[in-house]
Order: sequence, then C-alpha cells, then structure tokens
Amino acid sequence: MSSSAGTYEAVMARKGEIIRRAVGIDYSRFESGSIAFDYEGMMASTGYNFDDVRKIQQLYGVGDTPLLELRNITALARRYAPPGKGARIFLKDEAANPSGSFKARRAATSIHHAGELGFTGVITATSGNYGAAVASQAAMHGLDCIVVQECYDSRGIGQPEIMEKARKCEAFGAEVLQLTVGPELFFVFLTLLEETGFFNASLYTPFAVTGIETLGVELTDQMRELTGSPPDAVVVTNAGGGNLTGTARGMCRAGARDTEIIAASVNLVGLNMADDAHFNRKSFTTGHTGFGIPFTTFPDRSDVPRSAARPLRYMDRYVTTRQGEVFYITEALARLEGLERGPAGNTSLAAAFSIAQEMDRSQTIVVQETEYTGAGKHVQPQLAFARENGIEVRIGDPREEVPGTSIVLPEDPAIISAPDLDLKDLRRRYIKHAVTFARERLEQAGTTCRSHSPLQFDKEDIDFLSAETRSSLDTVESMLRETGCRA
Amino acid sequence: MNAETIGRNTWVQIHTILLLPEERSSKIPDNTRAVPLESWVHGFLLNDSAHVGDEVEIETAIGRVVSGRLCDSCPGYTHTYGPTLPELAEIGRQLRSLRNALQ
Repeated sequence: MSSSAGTYEAVMARKGEIIRRAVGIDYSRFESGSIAFDYEGMMASTGYNFDDVRKIQQLYGVGDTPLLELRNITALARRYAPPGKGARIFLKDEAANPSGSFKARRAATSIHHAGELGFTGVITATSGNYGAAVASQAAMHGLDCIVVQECYDSRGIGQPEIMEKARKCEAFGAEVLQLTVGPELFFVFLTLLEETGFFNASLYTPFAVTGIETLGVELTDQMRELTGSPPDAVVVTNAGGGNLTGTARGMCRAGARDTEIIAASVNLVGLNMADDAHFNRKSFTTGHTGFGIPFTTFPDRSDVPRSAARPLRYMDRYVTTRQGEVFYITEALARLEGLERGPAGNTSLAAAFSIAQEMDRSQTIVVQETEYTGAGKHVQPQLAFARENGIEVRIGDPREEVPGTSIVLPEDPAIISAPDLDLKDLRRRYIKHAVTFARERLEQAGTTCRSHSPLQFDKEDIDFLSAETRSSLDTVESMLRETGCRA
Repeated sequence: MNAETIGRNTWVQIHTILLLPEERSSKIPDNTRAVPLESWVHGFLLNDSAHVGDEVEIETAIGRVVSGRLCDSCPGYTHTYGPTLPELAEIGRQLRSLRNALQ
C-alpha cells in the first residue's frame, strides 16, 4: 500500500468497505427513505435465534449469573424513605461471567460467529470491560485478538482502571495497542482491520446486542422465581446503549412488559471526552454521560454504520448519579452486603438506592450488573489517582460536585439522589442529529442538496423516527419542523 | 540514556507516533490537536540487540510485526490498590454504625 493510502483521510474514506468486510453485514440492505432502516430486520438477520445465542453462551460459561437480594442496602434505603416506601433492591451479579462483566455476553456470539466465518482473529476498540470479554472469548475459541485502547494523555499518564483492563486483556493472550486521547482511534482501528483481515468484534452489531437479551430474560425469570413476578423497575448503567437495549429486549421477550426501564449514567457534564486535558480529570472511564448522552441522542456514531444499540427506543427514564455517590455505594456494597465489586458497574446501584425510596415497599427494583474489581479498578486507586491529578476529593454534599474539579463523597447516604434528565429534550436532540445524519448521507451519495435546503422525510422515515424516539407521529413531525425540515 | 543492551526475543515495549499534530482530524479539541497521536505496544524484540531509544521491530503477542522506538524491556504492571484514603476509612466507620442502628 502506498503511503498516501494510509493517511487519515484516505483510510476514513474507505471505512464503509472496511467495515462491511470486517463485520460481514451489508447494512445498506436494511436502509430506506432519507433516514429509515429496518431495525428488527437487521436484528433478525444474524442467523442466530435466541436459543442459539443462549446455547453458545452456555457452551462458553457465559451468563446464568446469580441474582442476589440486597437486604441490608434495602434496609438502609428504607431508613430514609417516607412511610410505606422503600422497594426491595436486587442485584444481578454479572461479575460472575468469565471475563468479570456482562460484556462476556456481548462478545460470545460475535466471537463464535467470527470463528464460523473462518476469521483467524478479532479486533475491538475499547478501554472498557469489553476488551477483556473479547480477549477471553477469543482465547476460548482459539482466535487471535487485538484490543485498541484509548489509554494515555499526552503526558503518557493513564488511569489505573484502564491499566488494569490492559493487563487483563494481555493475560488472555491479546495484543493491546494503547493510544493517547483522540477519536482517531477509529482510524487506527480501521488500519488494523485492513492489515490483519480480522473480524470487527464491535459492541454495536446485532450479534453483540442480542447477546445481552439473555441477561434480560434471566433476570425476569429469576425475579419470577424469587418474588412471583417480574421486577417493577430495572436500572441499567448506560454508556453506548447496548446494555439497556439488550436487557430491555430480553425482558420484553420474557414477558416483562410493565417493568420500568431506567437508564443511569455518572454525571460528567462539562468534560469533553476527546480533550487531552480532560481525559484524566474524570474517575469513570465508562457508564458516564460523556458516552451515554451522545449515544442515546445519536446511536449511529459507533464503529458500525447502523448500531444495534438504540436505547431511546426502550428507556422510560434516564437519571444521573455523581462520581462520589457511586464510590460511596461501592463501599456500602462491600461493607453491608459482603460484595466487593468494581465502581463503574455500581452506577446503577447508586441510582437504585435513591429510586427505591420513591417506590412502595411491596415493589422491587433490579440493578442488572456488577463488574469485577482488582488493583487499579477499585475505589481506592481511582480516588487516589483523582487526587494526584488535582481533583479535590472530600466528604460533603455530592450536589456540590463539579466533574473534573471535585469528587464529593456523601456525608450521609440520605443525600444520595438520582436526578432525572429530560427525555423530551433528549428526543429533540435525537431528531436534530437524525436530520444532520440524513443530510450528510445525501451529500455523500452525491445527490444535489444545498445544506440549507429542507430535507424530505417520507412515511417510512416518520414511522422510523417515531419508533426511535417513542413519540407519536404528530410529535415527530412537529420536532422535524423545529429543525426546518418538511415532513 | 539507558546503556543496557537488550537482546533478541526479549519482551519489550515500543512507542510509535501514529499521527503528527498536522495530520490529525480537524474535528477534535485544540488541546488534543496540539499533540501527536501516540501508541505503545508490547512484543518480542526482533533485532539482534538494541538499546532504549533505538528504532526496532517487534513481534506482538499475536505475531504481528510492528516497528517503533524501544522504550522498555520486560515492562511490568505497576497499578496497585493505591494509598489509603482516610475518607474511605471514615465511610467504613459510618456504614458500620448505620448497620448497627438498623439491627
């Protein structure tokens, strides 16, 4: 390959064909209109039905994790709840998966599929638990694995949590390529896909997201067994949206149609995830609003053309927690329940602790994941790292926490709260992104379209946007008009 | 400069500049665009011998051959459970007294 073929622009211009070859899905066959695509058609196109996915997971030790009732944390929540309030809190202990998190479910079908297609290796771009999940599953299937991590700032300093994830991937035999901050990680990822001919074990393919449906089915069945009915609410830590999408789809499959699906992210508002100077000023590398909000309001920003993770379709509510609250509840989980787990996975537990206090005592709420813990990936090193990097760490009122400046551990668990984001606003932002996306597609296709000319959306588009935003057709049309488009 | 000679097949770490600031995406924050995109990777040294700072070739854990500047031999993992934070000990004490009050 000539050197000009390897430049950032040249590689990015080939991204469509690189991804098509590396995922084995022609996304264009599901697309229609200006924006519409057949989501359910894409989800059903994998060639694996739910039973197949479950069988693959069982074959490789994935899933069937315990569901535990957190009696002491429930009792603590009831201490602060109004009379008659304080739902029973349950926890799906996903740390029991082979790689230590629910991400093993996401990797299992992908890696199996890569093997079936004859790929000799897989690549994934992630600084999170997914890297270890892919590396672990690849080891089980005898495939090579490369994990590309965004790891360091320009001083060469990396968070202990990411260092630990790199170690775990290498423990499973993976090559770990560690990069400095920047979205050009995707360029590096594409270059590696071209060079190796490996499979793109994306987090966002139908294989990956279908793999999480087993989590939703299991927790529904386990709750039926323990309490006689599906939970009244489930709280899902939300970043790229796959965890929420897969869990909600699985619960629906298991007949839990009335359960409230609540997304929770750590509030990192004000920090730019692509900014070298902000990179080490956050103490959560995932499960935060820096991923959660962009991916909720524009799921197709991922490493595949059409993401199978579409959380706005499924969420009834979206709350935020603060870093200090999540660290506190991680300590509480260890001290009160005897379960030492990683902080990031406890984002939804912090939210559930607050939300349970709004619910009746007879109701139930499920926290649907935990993650493993270890050196680096633990309250103490993460807080120590924050302090070393100039973040003020103190005990006080978490409502005073400023992401990137301070972490405030609650002086009393009574003040742990989970403020709601405005879903209507998120839906409007989704529509704005969808319009931009449709316009860019038209321009890329070479269709004459001045950037200010109104786009035309047909009935298929409106139906699609209605399903995407769980809004009526009238509401979609009115939101489209706000962006200057004809509907 | 470390004068230690590192032999072939030693497990090492190399550093590579992937994009110079002027080659980076135009759609990134100024702080990020002001610096290069860098990478680090581990592997077995393919050169007969080398010193830290030399341009070398390595074979990674999956057999890929990559070149870059040698920066470490036998790199380890140094992340830990960190120093004790008095605040966490304080929270532990509080949780114990809350637990006792619940019983």
